Amino acid sequence: MPHLDITIIWALIIAFAVFAYVVMDGFDLGIGLLFPSLAVGESRDQAMNSIAPVWDGNETWLVMGGGGLFAAFPLAYAIILPATYPLMIAMLLGLVFRGVAFEFRWRDPDHRPLWDAAFTLGSLTAALAQGITLGALLQGVKVADDAYAGGWLDWLSPFSLLTGVALTIGYGLLGATWLIWKTEGETQARARRLALWLGGATLLALAAVSAATPLLHYDYWRRWFTPPSVFLTAQVPLLVLICGGVFFWSLRRGAERLPFLMTLALFALGFVGLGISIFPYVVPRSVTIWEAASPPSSQMFMLAGAVVIIPLILAYTGWAYWVFRGKVALDHPHE
Amino acid sequence: MDTVILARAQFAFTVSFHFIFPSFSIGLASYLFVLEALWLKTGRGVYANLYRYWLKIFAVVFGMGVVSGLVMSYEFGTNWSVFSAKAGPVVGPLMAYEVLTAFFLEAGFLGVMLFGIRKVGRELHFLATAMVALGTLISATWILSVNSWMQTPAGFAINARGQFVPAGSWLPIIFNPSFPFRLVHTVIASYLTTSLAVGGVAAFHLLRDRTNLGARTMFSMAMWMAALVAPLQILAGDAHGLNTLEHQPAKVLAMEGDFEPSPRGAPLILFGLPDDAAARVRYAVEIPHAGSLILKHDPNAPLPGLKAFAKDRRPPVAIVFWSFRIMVGLGAAMLGLGVFSLVARARGRLHEWPWLHRAAVAMGPAGFVAVIAGWVTTEVGRQPYTVYGQLLTAQSHSPLAAPALAASLLAFVVVYFVVFGAGVLYLLRLMSRPPAPHEAEPPHVPDRAAGITPAPGVDPPLPSPVA
Ligand code: HDD
Ligand code: HEM
Ligand code: HEM
Repeated sequence: MPHLDITIIWALIIAFAVFAYVVMDGFDLGIGLLFPSLAVGESRDQAMNSIAPVWDGNETWLVMGGGGLFAAFPLAYAIILPATYPLMIAMLLGLVFRGVAFEFRWRDPDHRPLWDAAFTLGSLTAALAQGITLGALLQGVKVADDAYAGGWLDWLSPFSLLTGVALTIGYGLLGATWLIWKTEGETQARARRLALWLGGATLLALAAVSAATPLLHYDYWRRWFTPPSVFLTAQVPLLVLICGGVFFWSLRRGAERLPFLMTLALFALGFVGLGISIFPYVVPRSVTIWEAASPPSSQMFMLAGAVVIIPLILAYTGWAYWVFRGKVALDHPHE
Repeated sequence: MDTVILARAQFAFTVSFHFIFPSFSIGLASYLFVLEALWLKTGRGVYANLYRYWLKIFAVVFGMGVVSGLVMSYEFGTNWSVFSAKAGPVVGPLMAYEVLTAFFLEAGFLGVMLFGIRKVGRELHFLATAMVALGTLISATWILSVNSWMQTPAGFAINARGQFVPAGSWLPIIFNPSFPFRLVHTVIASYLTTSLAVGGVAAFHLLRDRTNLGARTMFSMAMWMAALVAPLQILAGDAHGLNTLEHQPAKVLAMEGDFEPSPRGAPLILFGLPDDAAARVRYAVEIPHAGSLILKHDPNAPLPGLKAFAKDRRPPVAIVFWSFRIMVGLGAAMLGLGVFSLVARARGRLHEWPWLHRAAVAMGPAGFVAVIAGWVTTEVGRQPYTVYGQLLTAQSHSPLAAPALAASLLAFVVVYFVVFGAGVLYLLRLMSRPPAPHEAEPPHVPDRAAGITPAPGVDPPLPSPVA
C-alpha cells in the first residue's frame, strides 16, 4: 500500500470535486429529466425556482473536476478527453442548452415549451454522456506513448450504455427526492410517486453495473471477491441494502428530507465502490495517479491555496443554500 | 480536411463567442456594484431602478458566459491534448486557481445577487454584488496570466518527458513579461465595451424620450466612463505594443505589415493588401518614419522586417494586419465619441443633442468588435506557436479523427448560433424597453416571505434640466 503522499491528496480532492458535482448537479439534471412529467405552469415553475439560485455553483464543481485534473494529472486529462471526445462534446452542448434555459424560459413566454424541451433534452444528453464516460473509463482505453491511441468510437459498448442509463436513472432519483424536500402540494405528491419508481430502478441499475464490472476484467474481480478484501468490499452492498430499505421506509412515512439524504448515501456508496475498482489508477488499468501526476512543485503550489480556499468555498456555498432554505413558493411574475 | 485546421477553427469559434460575454459581464458587474453603492449612499430610487434594469440583462449575459466558458475548460483537453499534457504542470495550476478563487466566488454569490434581495437585506446583498464583481476581475487576472504565459513563456524548465515544469518560483510564471500589459488592456477593454453598450442603450431611449430619468442618468455615467477610459486604453495599447515588439517581434511586424527591414526608420502603413506569398504589401498607403516613431518613439530608429524570420515561422500577415486596424480604428472612434460627449457636456447639451445620441447608438456594439479584433491580433499573431518559440501549434493537437472534429465543429456552429442568437435577441428586447420608474425585479424571484423591500422606488418628481 503506498504511503499518503501529495499525489494521493490531489486524487482525493479531485474525487471529492467529482462527487460534489455528481450529487449537486445530479439533482439539477434530474429535475431536467423529470420536467416533462411535471404539470405545465405552477409545478414546473416551482421546480425551476428550487434550483435557479444554485445551479451555477453546482456546475462549477465540474469545472473544478476538469481543471483540477488538468493541473494535477495533466496526462490523464490529455488521454481521457480525446478518448471520450464525442461524449464530452455532447455533454458540453447539453449543458449549454440546460444552462441557458433557466433564463430564457422566463424571457420568452411564447416559446417557453421550446426552452422547457431544451432543458430536458440538454439534461438528458449531459446525464447520458456522463454515465457512458464512466463506463468507457471502466472498460479501459487504449494508451500508447502517454497518449490516447484508440479510435473515436471505442467508448461505445453495451457496458458503457448500461452505465449511461444507470447514472441517468440515478440523477432522476436525486431530482425527485430534491423536489420532495423543496416543494409541497401537487408537485411534491407527484415527486413522491416518481421517487418510488426511480428508487427501485436505481437499485436495480446499481446491481446491474456492480454485477457487470467484475466481469470486464479479472483485476476488478480480484479486488472485489478474493479474500481478505472481500470482507471489506462486502460491506458496500450490505450498506446499499440498508440505505435502500431506509429510503423506501422514509418514502412511505412521508418524510421530506430523508429520501434525499438516503439517495445521497446511495451515490456515496456507489462512489466508494468505484474507488475500490479503480484506485490507484486514474485511467483504469493504464495510467496510475503517480504516472499522470504533474511535478510536486505544481501540486504543492495548488495545495497551499486549496487547503485554505476549499473550506471557504464550502462555507459560502453553504450560506447560499441556507439563504434559500425552506420550501419554494410560487411567485407571481410581476412582468 | 486537416485536423489541425479543424481543431483551431473550433477553438477559435468557441473562444470568440465565449469572450463576448465576459467582456460585457466584467464591465456590467462593476457597473452594478457602482449603482448599488450609489443607491445605498444616496437613497435615490433612480439608482435602484437602474440596478434592477441592468441586473436582468446581466443575468442573461452571465448565463451565456458560464456555459460557453465551461466548454472552453474542456476544450483544452479535447482539442489540444498534447499541449495539455506538456503545458499542464505550468498553466494548469493557474487555471485551477481561477476556479478556486473566481468561479466559485461568482457562482456562490450570484444566486443571492439575482434572487436574494428580499432574503438577506441590503448590506449582505451589496456584499453579494461586490463578490460577483470581484470574482469577474479575479477570473480575468488568472486566465490572462495563462494566456500571457503562452505568449511570453517565462520561469519554466523542460523535464525528461518533454513537459514544461516550473523552474523554481511561480512569480515569474504568473507575472510573465506580457501579463501586466494584457491584464490592463483587457480589463480596460471590458469597461470600455460596457460603457459603450450602456451609453448606446441610454442614447436609444433619449432619442425617444429625453426626460426619462433613468436614461439620462445612465447616459451621463456611460459617457464619463468612455471619455475617461478611451484615451487610457490607447496609452495602454501603445505600451502593450512596445512590449510585444520586445518579446514577439514577428507579431508586431505582421501588425505593421513590415516585410522588409527598415534600417533608417520604418514607415507607418495605413492601408494596403498584405501578400504573404510575395512577402510584400500591395497598394500600400504609408506615412514615412511614422512607424518607427510609434514603435520606438524615434522617427529614424531601425526596425527589422519579417523577412528576417523563416517563412514557416511567420504569422499569417493579412489577418493580423487587418484585425489590428479594425481595433485601432474603433479605438480612435471611441476617443472621438468621448470628446464629443465632453463638448456636449460643456455646452450643457449632453441630453439634448440628437447627433451625440445617434453617434452613441452607432458605437454601442463597437467594443465587442474591437475586443474580438484584439484577440484575433494576439492569437493569430502568436502563430505558428501555441507556446511562443517553444511549442508549435502543429504539434499541440489531439490525436483525433477529422470526421469527429468536423462533426463537432458543425454542431458547435449550429448550437451557438441558435442558442446565443436567441440570447442576443432577448438582450436586445430587454434593452429596447426604457428603464421604468418602478423597475421590476427579475421575474422569477423564488421568494415567499414578503421581507424587506429593496428600494422605495420613489423618483424625484421630474428630472431637472441639468445633467
Ligand atoms: C475595447 C476594446 C479595445 C480597444 C479600443 C483597443 N484594444 Fe487593443 N486589444 C484589445 C481590446 C481593445 C483586447 C481584446 O483586450 C486585446 C486582445 C488581447 C489583449 O491583450 O488585449 C488587444 C490587443 C492589442 C494588442 C496586441 C498585444 C499582444 O497580444 O501582443 C495591441 C498591440 C493593442 N491591442 C494595441 C491597441 C492600440 C494601440 C489601441 C488604440 C487605439 C487599442 N489596442 C485599442
Ligand atoms: C477570449 C478571447 C480569445 C479569443 C477571441 C481568441 C482567439 C483565438 C483565435 C482566433 C485562435 C486561432 C488562431 C489561428 O487560427 O491562427 C486561437 C487559438 C488558440 N487560443 Fe486563443 N483566443 C482567446 C483567448 C485565449 C486564451 C485566454 C487562451 C489560453 C488560456 C487561448 C489559447 C488558445 C489556444 C491554445 C489556441 C490554439 C492554438 C492556436 O491556434 O493558437 N486563447 N484563439
Ligand atoms: C480559453 C480560455 C478560457 C477558458 C478555458 C475559460 C473558462 C471559463 C469557464 C469554465 C467559465 C464558467 C465559470 C462558471 O461556471 O462560473 C468562464 C466564465 C468566465 N470567464 Fe472565461 N475562460 C477563458 C477565457 C476567458 C478570458 C480571456 C476572460 C477574461 C479576460 C474570461 C473571463 C471570464 C469571466 C469574467 C467569467 C464569468 C462568467 C461571465 O462573466 O460570463 N474568460 N470562463
